Amino acid sequence: MAIDVLEADELRTADMSRVEVSKTDTAVEIIGMHKWYGAFHVLRDINLKVMRGERIVIAGPSGSGKSTLIRCINRLEEHQQGQIIVNDVELTNDLKRIDEVRREVGMVFQHFNLFPHLTILQNCTLAPMWVRGIPKAEAEKTAMHFLERVRIPEQANKYPGQLSGGQQQRVAIARSLCMNPRVMLFDEPTSALDPEMIKEVLDTMVSLAEEGMTMIVVTHEMGFASKVANRVIFMDAGQIVEQNEPKEFFANPRHPRTREFLSQII
Amino acid sequence: MYKTSFVRTDMIAPMAPPPSTVGVKGWLHTNLFSTPGNTLLTIVGVMFLLWIVPPLYNFLIGNAVFVADDGAACRIEGAGACWAFIWDRMNFFIYGFYPQDEQWRVNICFALGLALIVPLLWPAAPYKIANAVLFFLVYPVIVLILLRGGSFGLSYVPTESWGGLTVTLIIGLAGIVCSLPLGILLALGRRSELPVIKMLCIAFIELWRAVPLITVLFMASVMLPLFAPQGVTVDKLLRAVIGVTLFEAAYLAEAVRGGLQALPRGQYEAADSLGLNYPKSMGLVILPQALKLTIPGIVNSFISLFKDTSLVSIVGIFDLLNTVQSSQSDLRWGSPHQAVTGYLFAAAVFWVFCFGMSRYSMFMERRLDTGHTR
Repeated sequence: MAIDVLEADELRTADMSRVEVSKTDTAVEIIGMHKWYGAFHVLRDINLKVMRGERIVIAGPSGSGKSTLIRCINRLEEHQQGQIIVNDVELTNDLKRIDEVRREVGMVFQHFNLFPHLTILQNCTLAPMWVRGIPKAEAEKTAMHFLERVRIPEQANKYPGQLSGGQQQRVAIARSLCMNPRVMLFDEPTSALDPEMIKEVLDTMVSLAEEGMTMIVVTHEMGFASKVANRVIFMDAGQIVEQNEPKEFFANPRHPRTREFLSQII
Repeated sequence: MYKTSFVRTDMIAPMAPPPSTVGVKGWLHTNLFSTPGNTLLTIVGVMFLLWIVPPLYNFLIGNAVFVADDGAACRIEGAGACWAFIWDRMNFFIYGFYPQDEQWRVNICFALGLALIVPLLWPAAPYKIANAVLFFLVYPVIVLILLRGGSFGLSYVPTESWGGLTVTLIIGLAGIVCSLPLGILLALGRRSELPVIKMLCIAFIELWRAVPLITVLFMASVMLPLFAPQGVTVDKLLRAVIGVTLFEAAYLAEAVRGGLQALPRGQYEAADSLGLNYPKSMGLVILPQALKLTIPGIVNSFISLFKDTSLVSIVGIFDLLNTVQSSQSDLRWGSPHQAVTGYLFAAAVFWVFCFGMSRYSMFMERRLDTGHTR
């Protein structure tokens, strides 16, 4: 069963030629990881190695554990068994290590989660100033640089409530980038957006990918996956069912569950 | 004929609204006489005002005695409120038994407090941090040194001699200033993941909330000295302040907890994911939003605390209400309306402070409103 997703969308073409995936530098490594919510076994024997510069897309039906998986990578969720090593730091109960990992890992949420009591600029400078101890002037300069990159510098002094969903999500991306992260996690970043706003956010993510950012993206945007990802992971019932390069993944899905899923979403 | 297509050929210019909706007539119509039921309510309301306002006016202003040397003028048949009595006893109502010659010390405290609190509450005023340090840390020390005396060549005035509005303000302000931080800590503690801290906070909150303030004050003034080690005495006023503070902190904790729970989990997660540790995420992200949400509840507690300070009269502290009450035995001013006038005065003073707090909180709510929360 071959599915053609490449023509179905209007995303701008991604140029991944300059991006180099490291062969030796591991960004995230998950070994034999299990997680339970009470008695419910939500993640089962997850093994995943993400090299520096890789773009991973995780797809799967709702409830398959894909969001839980990436939330484990910055310890918003705790795992009960196995190992998660992020930028050579293993996540344990040690709060210092957790903060160390979180400083280097950016996260973009489905509902943006901007801080509504702060201006856009303050949203972007908060963590650099208070976590990294960067002086205010420098933090604001960096913030403006990234706000320009996501193409909304003119909104810097507004409050999140005054922006559209797409703009808010781009601010959320800029806010993460201001911490100069080594890995970016995206948890369904376009699921809460109108169709025309989805494109502006995906374009931002494409250009981020082109610059070599290591990205792990939970999304249903298969057009994005086929253009940007170098690996697509399909999850179901808390386990990784199939993973492959996007071309192969969409052209020749091997597991029956994958085929069923792809036939339903496209 | 039924048509499904339509094209407008000429645009309609704006027209004046119908006369019954604008001007005085329009206002009267929409606000007072819009329906027969509303018309009836308007008539009943006007009749009620006609019935209540003239006698009230006569009592408070028309027949009231504003200037008099003693109660004789107030004893005349048909005399209204005896404001002259209030005026005569004003010194007692404000300072209590504080020695007349030393009252300048209280006045300095009032002036200094006003000079510090106005810029603190005025959002546009500069030097907020210095101002806050002066008000919350330096000012209490100055007040203590000035009012208590016994050092810097000031004569010693025991707290038993303090009284009137001075004491009401001291208990109220100290209670408000100390109970809020304590309440916030208790609220955070109650939501803590550490079981021991959580249990201690729950126990504290539930214990204090379940006990009437009068009981707390009695315990503080009668029971505590019994258990205190020999030779250790804690000032009666201080005990009352501590009692009121702890009592109100339990209420504030629950108000703040409501705000903490109302915040979407995403706010906590966003703060965490940026690497902010617990104190920073609470102080910079969660509490500013939670406290904004709970302003009505917090101010509600502040107002009730301020009014509850009048209960300290039961343990023999001469607060404003107690000074008013004890002045009623002043035979020189004896008159039928002496007591009513006194209570009216006390009520008016409390009302001014509480209404002020209420309006200020509404101003702050509007100011801190930055649009929707998500």
